[in-house]
Amino acid sequence: MAERSFAREVDDLKLGEGEIFRGEGILAITKALLQSGVGYVGGYQGSPISHLMDVLADAKGVLDDLGVHFESSASEAAAAAMLSASVMYPIRGAVTWKSTAGTNVASDALTNLASGGVMGGSLIILGEDFGEGSSIPQERSHGFAMKSQMWLLDPRPNLTSMVKAVEDGFELSEASNTPVMLQIRIRACHVHGEFVAKDNKRPAFPLKKALENPRRDVNRVVLPPASLFHDKEKLEQRWPKAVEFISSRGLNEHFGPTDGDVGIILQGGMYNGVMRSLQLLGLADVYGNSLVPLYVLNVTYPLVDDEVADFCLGKKAVIMIEEGHPEYLEQSLNTILRRRDIATKVHGKDFLSQGGDYTTTLMVDGLRSLMRTHAPRLLGNEPPTPDPKPVLENAKVKALTEVVPPRPAGFCTGCPERPIFAGMKLMEKELGQHHVSGDIGCHIFSVLPPFNIGGNTMGYGLSGAGTSAFNVKADKRPIAVMGDGGFWHNGLVTSVGNAVFNKHDGVILIVDNHYSAATGGQDILSSRAQNPTRSTNNTIAEAVKGVGVKWLRQIDRTYDVAKVRDTLKEALTTPEEGPKVIIASSECMLNKQRRVKPQFNQAVKGGKRMVRERFGVDEDVCTGDHACIRLSGCPSLSVKHTDDPLKDDPVAAIDNSCVGCGNCGEVSEAAVLCPSFYRADIIHNPTRLDRVAAKLRGLFIGFLQRRRASRQIAFAA
Amino acid sequence: MLQKSSDLTARLATEKPITVAILAMGGQGGGVLSDWIVDLAEAQGWVAQSTSVPGVAQRTGATIYYIEMLPAKDGKLPILSLMPTPGDVDVVLAAEFMEAGRAMLRGLVTPERTTLIASSHRSYAVTEKEKPGDGTGDPAVVVEATGVSAKRAIMFDMQSLAEANGSVVSSAMFGALASAEVLPFSRNAFEAAIRAGGKGVEASLRAFGAAYDKARAPADKAPNQQLPAKLLPPLPGSDPHPGLNRLLDRIRAGHPQSVQPMLFAGVKRLVDYQDIAYANEYLDRVETAYLRDAACSGANKEFAFTAEVAKYLAVAMAYDDVIRVADLKTRASRFERVRKEVGVKSDQIVYTTEYMHPRMEEVAGTLPASLGRWLEESPRLFKALDKMINKGRRVRTGTVGWFLMLNSLAGVKRFRRRTLRHAREIEHIERWLDLASKVIATDYDLAVEVVSCRRLVKGYSDTHARGHSKFDRVISQVPRLQGRPDGAAWLSRLRRAALLDEEGKALDGALQTIDSIYSDKTAA
Repeated sequence: MAERSFAREVDDLKLGEGEIFRGEGILAITKALLQSGVGYVGGYQGSPISHLMDVLADAKGVLDDLGVHFESSASEAAAAAMLSASVMYPIRGAVTWKSTAGTNVASDALTNLASGGVMGGSLIILGEDFGEGSSIPQERSHGFAMKSQMWLLDPRPNLTSMVKAVEDGFELSEASNTPVMLQIRIRACHVHGEFVAKDNKRPAFPLKKALENPRRDVNRVVLPPASLFHDKEKLEQRWPKAVEFISSRGLNEHFGPTDGDVGIILQGGMYNGVMRSLQLLGLADVYGNSLVPLYVLNVTYPLVDDEVADFCLGKKAVIMIEEGHPEYLEQSLNTILRRRDIATKVHGKDFLSQGGDYTTTLMVDGLRSLMRTHAPRLLGNEPPTPDPKPVLENAKVKALTEVVPPRPAGFCTGCPERPIFAGMKLMEKELGQHHVSGDIGCHIFSVLPPFNIGGNTMGYGLSGAGTSAFNVKADKRPIAVMGDGGFWHNGLVTSVGNAVFNKHDGVILIVDNHYSAATGGQDILSSRAQNPTRSTNNTIAEAVKGVGVKWLRQIDRTYDVAKVRDTLKEALTTPEEGPKVIIASSECMLNKQRRVKPQFNQAVKGGKRMVRERFGVDEDVCTGDHACIRLSGCPSLSVKHTDDPLKDDPVAAIDNSCVGCGNCGEVSEAAVLCPSFYRADIIHNPTRLDRVAAKLRGLFIGFLQRRRASRQIAFAA
Repeated sequence: MLQKSSDLTARLATEKPITVAILAMGGQGGGVLSDWIVDLAEAQGWVAQSTSVPGVAQRTGATIYYIEMLPAKDGKLPILSLMPTPGDVDVVLAAEFMEAGRAMLRGLVTPERTTLIASSHRSYAVTEKEKPGDGTGDPAVVVEATGVSAKRAIMFDMQSLAEANGSVVSSAMFGALASAEVLPFSRNAFEAAIRAGGKGVEASLRAFGAAYDKARAPADKAPNQQLPAKLLPPLPGSDPHPGLNRLLDRIRAGHPQSVQPMLFAGVKRLVDYQDIAYANEYLDRVETAYLRDAACSGANKEFAFTAEVAKYLAVAMAYDDVIRVADLKTRASRFERVRKEVGVKSDQIVYTTEYMHPRMEEVAGTLPASLGRWLEESPRLFKALDKMINKGRRVRTGTVGWFLMLNSLAGVKRFRRRTLRHAREIEHIERWLDLASKVIATDYDLAVEVVSCRRLVKGYSDTHARGHSKFDRVISQVPRLQGRPDGAAWLSRLRRAALLDEEGKALDGALQTIDSIYSDKTAA
């Protein structure tokens, strides 16, 4: 079980009719699923939708009461395939993942799902990981909707609208027999706001009933000729039904005056930013009044051609505000207008940017250009808009670029992956630099200083496959690094199995930290915790042996830097053929501390003898060369300036956040660094024996110390 | 003149939300602070919206939280933005000093609008602390930029203040925010938000209160960003110990006043390191340098040469060997310092474990010079012995056996002058000073730089060897730089480059530049 508790959030899921829900966007969506009578939920955790999974994983009681099945899927593909339950039965199902990363993985299932169509409402909640704060390539989910004919919702980023989108999405899906994707951007997932809750609903058609009364229809199977028929059905039935539903239910919204020289068409998710931009230009106010007509696409695919044409008719120009590229919506807009010979000028990316976040600043500039070109009177005297340029061009501010350091996310204090890469760096000092293929997960931080190890990543669980071309005789072997999360997601077959089958000679290093750590510490197959609702403790070692790995080394304490180094050396030099698999295993420190710290404090409070370890540096022994930091980068190991006039450079220093993981000592031992580190074992609630021993030792040592001090000559001043 | 028709604009409300950006590092409690501000505003009947882009679960990266708040009007909820607009932010809270710098670089702090509330403490980024030299960013640049960016700034060390009150930086920042009176809510309302949060309430309130008061105290215009001043007390008048007194007399009589505090520091270190005679040896060498300095019109340069020799010779003579390490690790003062540093309470017991990794090199270095050399010249024996010795040893200094071992090793001090290591160090020192005193005749500034290059030699084992090799490579440029008008500047640049990275890539680059400028490669 994840070491973090979501009990408070689970309580929010129980709110009833008329009560006010206050919290994060993604949790509002979670609640909306239950209000919509969802029958089952699956997904794969990842920013920004992890909390949906985390909260439901903790909400067994609520889900059981409602009769909702929840599952932590093995991958996005598994989650998407889960929606198969809604093909033949009127059961509402929802799945979620980080997009586009997860949508890529899920595509196989989604294509088949979309082809046959669905009976029960099928909702795919996409955490659109785009723009600032994103951890993946910058792509749009929009293309997936278009290619498979699934519908795409992009609601205005407030809780009420997002909750409504969930409810509308299920209905739209059912009305048009088509899976619906609901796209929520990072900030909208994490936005704090409120909405008026409704009672949760039991699923209208229970899973049990479906299972006990199976139905089949060969026309829903993706085999020719049915699959060819599906395509016809998509175009002739499902699409028109969807358009009819969107239009009759008014899912897209109009704001501002009906008429005007210019109009703005926007993705729902862009609404708040567009409104702020208009406000700054004097064209709107903060309460949603606008002087410019707005057509808000809460459904970005499909477009309702008649609505679009009606909005444009009689306007000199419209602008399409859609984030990311290519400009699918702008292209569609042009097609709609050309087919009807409507002469309204179309703008979009010409006034905005091709890619990246659509910030307020960017949209203010774009809308100002639009207004200057087509409706200058509306801009009036052009009140000044916020402009940081004078400050940013000041030499004193520019000078900051020289001193403000980059600060990317990195390994946490005490992270068990740090010593693995320290060991690898030490191996490289002896055997030279190697080709290192990275994966997805915390371990990819090895590419950053101070380790600077690894060059590329091809996807989750794909690091081994990423080295498959390098299966040639050479003086060096490739190294693939993979986390336990990636291993179970895809790596077991695609990387390890692939290497076994093709007799690959490389090294696969699996970092086993007992959790899917990078996504928030969720349990996976090989987690060590006893989880009452999941099967854990299925070891990675057994799994790789099962697919035929012969050369396997398990390191059960990654902090043993010398052992990591030597095991890697062995793997890189052994004459044995086939993949060399190393499993380096220690618990994620962030999660370990969450569990252990309260226990420790409790025990100390209860008067139990407890020993806490932490590290320190003798600053008069440290010469300030920082070699230790270049093999660590731990947040708790830093530098400090001293008052010693004979020391130019700051010395190493360890602060109170040290968790005593041992990396500092192991590294200085393995790399033969300076002896300035010490480990302090602090005994809380010492026993009588402890006290007596300490007393005797103190007497003896104190005597020797005093004797030596008395011989030591020193200045009085 | 373009004019909007007045009936159009009249329809628009003029209210604007209060905007707050928080810049923090993962794990600093930025989320808690953001929640408090939202709870505070909501409890006062406002609509508040917060967002963040926390990304992955790890705890070190810079991240930003953004909050907007405004009351509803006639039942209409405000439309609030999900990201800060540069030039349109009322309050910026920075949980670390360079993060305040980052806020300014992003244009979030502007003189018309922004109150900047920042903790002045530093948490160094990896790229700052991994440098072999001092890679820490200069906080004075942030102070300067604040002067031109912020409408108002409240800066003090909120981290230490929070720690002193048993809390974390977010509660101190919340206190400073209340004190700044930039949000239209009372102190009581702020405190109520902390209470409603329900976690660590008492400690948070203490830190909140302390920061509230501190932010009101007559402000030092610039936050205290001074690094600890180097401890250089003036030369004492006398010392009760006759031998030490004679050292003081020598310093007073034989050297310009400006150099005396550094000489005193050097003498103090060497008496502690070895004995009075060793300190006298040090003064002998400095005096030779001083005479040379004076002869080369050093008076015009405020005897910069002597000053550098005084400093770096003391460092060089107090080289780090196993004897010194054993000595320092076993002192009573060290035991006391450890207790203080790791925060051991009086009813707790602490033991330290030292991580030592002696190699045959260190053992040979500690042997009498001739024996040590003989061993080094017998590679097979040396290797065999190394196999026995060369491994990590965890030394529990607080136990009787280990203490006795280290204590006797510290006692080897009296034989130090006869060891192989000592012979090597002194030889290196003499070559170095010899070169400097040759160079000074033709190029005073370059000679000063030659002395300063000794800074490159530091660390233990491999790091020490690498430092030595960097020193050699930098010093090897002296012949071709001698007499050049910018020779000293070049040597200084090489030295700084050598301190930028471990492998010496920056140094390679700088050397190539020299090569391309002075194409007389023969001198290299």
